[in-house]
Amino acid sequence: MLLLQSKVPLPHDIPLPLPIPEPVLVVVLVVSFLVHIVFVNMMLGGSLLTLWCQIKGRKEKEYDELAHEIAKTITVNKSLAVVMGVAPLLTINALYTVYFYTANSLTGLMWIAIIPLVTVAFLLTYLHKYTWNILENNKPLHMTIIAVACVIFLIIPLVFLTNINLMLFPEKWGTVKGFMSALALPNVFPRYLHFIFASLAVTGLFLFWYIGRKNYPFEEKFKTLTRYDIKKKCYSLVLAASAAQFLIGPVVLLTLPSKGMGWNLLLIIFSGALIAVPAMYWIYKAITGRPEDINQNFWKVAVCLTITVVFMGSGRHVYRANSLNPHREMMAEKTAAFVKASEEARKNPVEEELEVEESLGEVAKGAAIFKQNCSACHSKDLKVVGPPIIEMATIYKGNEAGLKGWIKSPGKKRADAPQMPAFGDKLSEDDLTELSKYILTIK
Amino acid sequence: MFHLDWLNNRMLIALIATLHALINHSLAVGFIPLVTWLENKGVMNSRSDQITDTKWDKMVYNMMWTAFIITTTIGAMTGVGIWFSVSLVSPNSIASLIRVFYFAWFTEWTVFVTEVVLILIYFLTWKNANKSLKAKMRHIKFGWYLSVFSWVTMALIVSILGFMMDPGNWNNDRTFMTAFTNPLYLPQLLYRTPLAMVLGGTFGFFLVSIFTKRGDENRIKAFRAIGKWILCWLPFAVAGSIYYFKVIPETNLANMSVAVGTQSFQDWYDIMWKVILGASAIILVAAVIGVWKPKKLGAAFLGITLIFSLAFMGLFERVREFIRKPYIISTYMYSNLLREEDYPLYKKDGVLKWATYTSTPVITPENKIEAGRNVFMLTCSRCHTTQGVNSINFVFDRMYGGKGKPFPADAMKTYIESLHNAREYMPPFPGNKKEIDALVAYIKQLQVTKEVLEGAQETGVTVNPDQSVEAFQPN
Repeated sequence: MLLLQSKVPLPHDIPLPLPIPEPVLVVVLVVSFLVHIVFVNMMLGGSLLTLWCQIKGRKEKEYDELAHEIAKTITVNKSLAVVMGVAPLLTINALYTVYFYTANSLTGLMWIAIIPLVTVAFLLTYLHKYTWNILENNKPLHMTIIAVACVIFLIIPLVFLTNINLMLFPEKWGTVKGFMSALALPNVFPRYLHFIFASLAVTGLFLFWYIGRKNYPFEEKFKTLTRYDIKKKCYSLVLAASAAQFLIGPVVLLTLPSKGMGWNLLLIIFSGALIAVPAMYWIYKAITGRPEDINQNFWKVAVCLTITVVFMGSGRHVYRANSLNPHREMMAEKTAAFVKASEEARKNPVEEELEVEESLGEVAKGAAIFKQNCSACHSKDLKVVGPPIIEMATIYKGNEAGLKGWIKSPGKKRADAPQMPAFGDKLSEDDLTELSKYILTIK
Repeated sequence: MFHLDWLNNRMLIALIATLHALINHSLAVGFIPLVTWLENKGVMNSRSDQITDTKWDKMVYNMMWTAFIITTTIGAMTGVGIWFSVSLVSPNSIASLIRVFYFAWFTEWTVFVTEVVLILIYFLTWKNANKSLKAKMRHIKFGWYLSVFSWVTMALIVSILGFMMDPGNWNNDRTFMTAFTNPLYLPQLLYRTPLAMVLGGTFGFFLVSIFTKRGDENRIKAFRAIGKWILCWLPFAVAGSIYYFKVIPETNLANMSVAVGTQSFQDWYDIMWKVILGASAIILVAAVIGVWKPKKLGAAFLGITLIFSLAFMGLFERVREFIRKPYIISTYMYSNLLREEDYPLYKKDGVLKWATYTSTPVITPENKIEAGRNVFMLTCSRCHTTQGVNSINFVFDRMYGGKGKPFPADAMKTYIESLHNAREYMPPFPGNKKEIDALVAYIKQLQVTKEVLEGAQETGVTVNPDQSVEAFQPN
């Protein structure tokens, strides 16, 4: 058993060509995934910050208003997160068909649980948003709603990460039993933390822009809080979360199994990290500088961090390609071999031979024909699909021609049996005679 | 392989997909144009010093609010759910479809993104747009754009549904356009479009009855308008469904009586026609009352109308799901996920030899039952459970007289060998004689032990050493 489990599976792929050239698919996958994940980041980060602001709002009233404002962004970002997820899902299905589906199957119950869980979380975010005034006097209940949504939003990425991680390691497929054991593979949790802090950083940057933009009626909504206060808080969040990434990043890199490592990967990852450094410097200067200068380098920061994200997303793909390409090449050969074997089998199909039992004498051939063509539905004395042979023999006693006629093109007499197929083209006249002869001898 | 032994794998997809189609047709494709039309009516009927009839507009907004919440939560997630469940239950078929239809799906996605952005704009800017007539008219325009995009999304996906039922000439030339314009494409579209409009109408009816009070003049006006809307579309919906049924390939039609529900629910066939007739009649009655005696309509009656009209469509979806048997992609892939053209290979070598995951690549007297279990998983489990819905135990018990009489092994063997002749909705058994032997031994054991079959999501998989990297010999 142990020996069996140590084998690395080599399935054959779907024997149809890729719809468009692979490099195009790769670009679509990386870019569309990043767009999707940024909206997911804002959805998760927004939910967490809403909860945090609401808790803070218990003491400082205006934070409750701020929470309400952030809550309004969640429901928009979540819709975009879902719809933007379709393209990468479609593309990973096309590119990494077998790998992705195998991981899905092995973690099946949690994988499908994503659907009801996310649906519930979405409904909760609406409930939370539309009961803001109704539950004014019952804040704990109101906060519980968003807290539950947060918990669900925190679980979902873990399921996705487990899948996306498991698909990289065909050598583990034979050893995984259910979601929990796939979750326990090294690297899932470091990557998860990496994702959570990215969410906080992205949301901080998003809210800096959203609440700070000129046509946002900030002064109508807030009396004591200022734009500068909020922006400074957002920037501090971005800075802290990015700094944390510099600690978690190396852990992620170290826990990555070595098979997908390569200089190409390291180059991309370190370039990405390097580009984030000036952005962090500008943020630091903005926080510590004069209030009226806080907007100064915003677009530069946004551009740098976007480039970082693109590099990290590409690095993610390069690791996947590095890890799976040898296996994929083997699988391509295997698929070709399978298609060839199938073609050969098609050319020389196994002939169905009549198993004639000579001991039956005269009716031996008829019996064999019966066994091959009729016995699926008719047994000697029991109604199976159609009536038993004994009944046929009684009905057609002395009427061989009638029986033959029926078999050639049967009618439909019984309400409890399905239509019998016609054997007129399948059996020769001689075969039909032999068959009828045999049926009529059964008593 | 993923396997749900109680619910039945197919049922999982059917539940999610039907829910999605119901929401999509009744609250998006058919509902948005209705809402936009009603919103426009509010502007047209308002006094010249108003932008719109505020009370009326509030009612229409509430209707849209309901649609917005449902479509962006349950609607969106069941859409993704179809992907998820199919990738678990039917990976080979969805993978093949993606390879053929990537472009259609990608295009659909871009349309879909537009649709979501438009619905966000349309719904979230509703209140702000009431500040000026210019903004209101622009808002209504967005409603029309959204209507168009909802319809286009459906128009694209229908092509894939049609393909699965009848790929037309694709098996010969394997090009995307041939697959896209399969013979069932137009008929389905011509049936779904008016049906969606009717469903949107019945949903609208129901929502108006909830959001307005009896005696409210807006309620009467809205009932009249929606009644006319339904009366406009209903004849097309009926004509469309008749046309659709006419062009369904004949072999598929022969399966109609088993198509409704799993095999055990054959009687549903009659019920289906009754529901379709009943639903059309009740919708017609509701619409007629709505136009001529709007005061008489109440929430309870409209609720029933809504349920009937949803049942109408739900049944159609269910029929579509099952109608393509024994294929999952007509004439290309059987419902056991094996390609028709690979059958000679499996007949020769057996399915176990070519399975990536099996603990019994070679059948021996000692591992016969286990091998039978593996064969069952590979060839039967997509549609049959061992003890749950449409269980193998149940179907054989019914066939052999019932009440737990021991199954006759020899008869079962010959039956399985040619079951596709006896039951044309069943794919032929793909494997060799030894495998039938093992399968029969396993099923007979199931009958006695009532043992349950667990899928890969619980037990994991055992790699077939013949199909491993270690055994691979490069050319």
